[in-house]
Amino acid sequence: MMLAAASAPASFPLLTAAILVPLAGALVLALIPSRRAELLRPTALLFSATTGAFTLWMLAAFDRHDAGFQFESTHTWVDDFGIQWHVGVDGISLFLIVLTGVLFPLTFLAVSPKHDPKPYHAWLLMLQAGCIGAFAALDLFLFFIFFEIVLVPMYFLIGGWGYGQRVYAALKFFLYTMFGSALMLVGIVSLAFIHRDDAMERATPAQEELTALQESVDVRESSGVDVPQEELDRLDELRAQVEGADQLTFDLVDIAEGRADVLAQEQEAIEAGDMDARDSWNPLDWEAAKWIFLALALAFAVKVPLFPLHTWLPDAHTQAPTAGSVILAGVMLKLGTYGFVRFGLYLFPDASAFFAPVIATLGVIGILYGAVVATMQRDIKRLVAYSSVAHLGFIALGTFAMTTQGIGGGVLQMVNHGISTGALFLLLGMIYERRHTYEISAMSGLQKAAPVLAGVFTLVMLSSIGLPGLNGFIGEFLVLAGAYLTLKWWAVVAAAGVILAALYLLWAYQRVFHGTPTDDDLATPDMRAGELAYMAPLLALIVFLGVYPKPVLERIEPAIASLVEHIESTTDFVEPDAATSGFSGELVDSHAGDEGGTDHGAATDHGEGE
Amino acid sequence: MFASVLSSLSAPLQSADETFEPIATPEIEWFTVVPLLVLVGAALGLMTVTAVTRRRPFHGFYPLVTSVAAVAAAVTTWPIWDRVQDADRGPFTALAGAVGVDGFSVFMTVVICASVVLASLLADGYLRREGLDGPELYILLLLSASGGVIMSAANDLIVLFLGLEILSLAVYVLAAMHLRRVTSQEAGIKYFVLGSFASAFLLYGIALTYGATGSTNLVEILDYLSRVALFDNGLLLAGMAMLLVGLLFKVAAAPFHAWTPDVYQGSPTPVVAYMASGVKAAGFAGLIRVLYLGFDTYRVDWQPVIYAVAVLTLLVGSFMAVVQTDVKRMLAYSSINHAGFVLVAVQAATDRGVQASMFYLASYTFLVAGSFGIATVVGRAGDARHSLDDYRGLARSRPVLALVFSLLLFSQAGVPFTSGFFAKFYAIAASVDAGSYPLAAVAMLSAVVAAFLYLRITVSMWMSDDEAEVPDRRTLPVPTGVGIALLLCVVVTLGVGLFPHLLTGPAGDATAVLVGF
Repeated sequence: MMLAAASAPASFPLLTAAILVPLAGALVLALIPSRRAELLRPTALLFSATTGAFTLWMLAAFDRHDAGFQFESTHTWVDDFGIQWHVGVDGISLFLIVLTGVLFPLTFLAVSPKHDPKPYHAWLLMLQAGCIGAFAALDLFLFFIFFEIVLVPMYFLIGGWGYGQRVYAALKFFLYTMFGSALMLVGIVSLAFIHRDDAMERATPAQEELTALQESVDVRESSGVDVPQEELDRLDELRAQVEGADQLTFDLVDIAEGRADVLAQEQEAIEAGDMDARDSWNPLDWEAAKWIFLALALAFAVKVPLFPLHTWLPDAHTQAPTAGSVILAGVMLKLGTYGFVRFGLYLFPDASAFFAPVIATLGVIGILYGAVVATMQRDIKRLVAYSSVAHLGFIALGTFAMTTQGIGGGVLQMVNHGISTGALFLLLGMIYERRHTYEISAMSGLQKAAPVLAGVFTLVMLSSIGLPGLNGFIGEFLVLAGAYLTLKWWAVVAAAGVILAALYLLWAYQRVFHGTPTDDDLATPDMRAGELAYMAPLLALIVFLGVYPKPVLERIEPAIASLVEHIESTTDFVEPDAATSGFSGELVDSHAGDEGGTDHGAATDHGEGE
Repeated sequence: MFASVLSSLSAPLQSADETFEPIATPEIEWFTVVPLLVLVGAALGLMTVTAVTRRRPFHGFYPLVTSVAAVAAAVTTWPIWDRVQDADRGPFTALAGAVGVDGFSVFMTVVICASVVLASLLADGYLRREGLDGPELYILLLLSASGGVIMSAANDLIVLFLGLEILSLAVYVLAAMHLRRVTSQEAGIKYFVLGSFASAFLLYGIALTYGATGSTNLVEILDYLSRVALFDNGLLLAGMAMLLVGLLFKVAAAPFHAWTPDVYQGSPTPVVAYMASGVKAAGFAGLIRVLYLGFDTYRVDWQPVIYAVAVLTLLVGSFMAVVQTDVKRMLAYSSINHAGFVLVAVQAATDRGVQASMFYLASYTFLVAGSFGIATVVGRAGDARHSLDDYRGLARSRPVLALVFSLLLFSQAGVPFTSGFFAKFYAIAASVDAGSYPLAAVAMLSAVVAAFLYLRITVSMWMSDDEAEVPDRRTLPVPTGVGIALLLCVVVTLGVGLFPHLLTGPAGDATAVLVGF
């Protein structure tokens, strides 16, 4: 069955379909007349679930040994600027796309809007298309477009269906994120032009040879002298080299490889003893790269959000309707961290290595700051929102540790955070539906009246804290283990964040679910079977990924390994020995049982000590 | 005495007659001015017909005639385009070098015609609602457009001035068209006084340029300046500066923008739609012709000026827009911001820059005409309800209208998959290609500030809680003309947003063949 599925993608553009189906769904919804409002939700669910099925199909057909991009499809879009519809998926984006595919249908199942169901469902479907598009895009321009377009549906969702301060939150969200990405467009365009200039410069010798050869061939041909075949062949060869050199491209792989060539040459020169090689002006080199990297990093840092650019997040998360919060925390924040991996590390290994301490520091500040601020919240939704700042700080730290385990842990943690925090927001939605408040102090002793809800909440919360045996632990552990190798003190400080997470979440849990219930609390209905049904897949994933993360890790690992190799070959960054074993062999096996983690922690320390 | 003056005037002529051949009248290549003749002919025809017939024609007769004339004018550019694009023949000058027939002029002619079609469609319902129905507005619209067409093909500064005056005089009257609204009169007067002032600057600039180069013909100026290195070019630079003042006034670039909010707010809304699209396009056409053609060799001198003006325009347009509460004023400031974006493209001084500005103007024509079309409807009887509060609850009473307006506003904000995004992208790309990275960054940041204003309007439409504020659907009738215009705008906005090469193709073809470039 796997084989049959694997052969299918060549004929069927899975990824493109996964992007277009929800869009088609949004159009279909627009055509449903208002008096048949009961059809809206099933239709939306149908389209969203179809997309989810596509992503699961892709997961099944994914070749786990391949580090490159799979399910690629390329179509020219804007010819004169070389803009392509280029989508593809590798181990880094695979699970984010699957997460997007799965989380949306669950959200449709879980929450229905209080009013205006038609635009609500249509916006959510567009959001799904946009998110999958952003994760799948392999063209810088295409990525920017998807990165930017997701703002519009989310803006309307927050502003239209949110709580009291929704208009303020929606405006803040839109403008803040747009501000971040404004400079990214300039950066991307500059990069494309610089890349073209570099390609033209590199084609110059070939162009000169071509002109000279062409001339001599022409002269001989006109005077009837035979031209040797090898010269004609050489002519064709040169033509092929020169052709397309002046063509702009926004293709991620082309530009990244172009940069990698330049950087690798310089790296070789430096290793050969020429210490000035870095200073030689090359358009794709450091001088321009650092600015472009910063322009992109700003956009991602706002999206993640990294401290101090996080202030939009608590408002947006708190004021958004439940579905909005789930998607915002579960999927959209990952656009930032994913962007850092894909368009930071891969495209700018040199600049990433240079700025890594800064970004890692911001990540660590986020971990501590998010945790401390979360502890002090009175509103439980705001508390969970701040916990995202902390969790995403871990991902940033792991990513910029630039070790296989760190990046891999970060990618895994993106998925884990999507599952756990998505589930947490769904549970908070249930609580709000019953009590019409998010005030922690307004509730107490809920577990008496709603034991199942309390039980489910406990599980999800523990996963968010990072309890061994649940999914959150694996990611955080890998991040810390990976970061310890290159960013030792950062990792040490970040580890304190794990404890703080336990503090604020357990304390909140204690205040809401323990204690003496009032009459209101006792009247709180428990979880219904339907609610449990849509929570079930998330709960299952929480436990499954905690106990047996191997299927995920072994698909992530080849892509990460080749990414780290890419960084090593282009910069003077060398991954410490302890990390080169990766995590697919030793680590994954040791994680098959949940107590295995501590063993490996010791092994890592040992490796560092050598 | 009179006779002696006459004889003294004719004396040099007579002596000229004696020494030279009789002045040869220039050959007139009629086919190059057909679009112009169609517009003028339609205007004069409409005027004559309505003057001699007693009975009022059927509803929609005037906009029909106007639209047909504008479409016909656009269609008659086809053979010219064909000839210009023909590799063997290429662009050429006609009418003794006074008119440049090239891809650029054809493209801009079509843009101006499109804005006439949209404005006349918007005007139909408006005029009847306001009790002003009559042919005057349409006639003036057509005449003004003919001035714009002249400007976009002007290869001589005098011709440029004539075009500008034909364009402007009609628009001054159009601005004051609403007889019963004192703000409309005020707008007319303001625009007229300031506009005349700017025209005077332009004329003075032409005189100085003539003094410095000995010609008013752009190709000859270019030729002269590329052959002769002026030892003292103060006169020329002063002339260039004056020319810039006159033209930048027309396109509402800061610091010559002060008239824009007042005039846009007071003028009849369909007229504003034309001012923001057609007049702006014509102004930029003139600007690009003068800078890229006449002063091509002096780009080192004008590029920094345009750079500074662009930065100022972008900032003024975006920041001032934020504090407005009147939607027409907001859109006025946003149009200033858009002018800044076009200037960013113009500043590049490359083919890519011309292409980007043409793309921007063409797509912006539909965005702004559609936006003011909505304002025409929401303004209600009396054309006075333009405050942000008047848009509250629009999504409840007229969801389609609100959706269309949101689309146009988001497109102006530069949201992907709309024409406005690609317009901004091409402008940024042109600027980056020319190495003006800071300018590109300023432009994008100003777009974020401007986005706030578009979001405020959408908030008003979509996110008002109070049910009582929802306006009665019946107070907001959408006339057929407005419906058609909005449909056109939506189709173009989305179509170009998804398939930008539909517009970049022609814009690119048009660029390569600017006469003498």
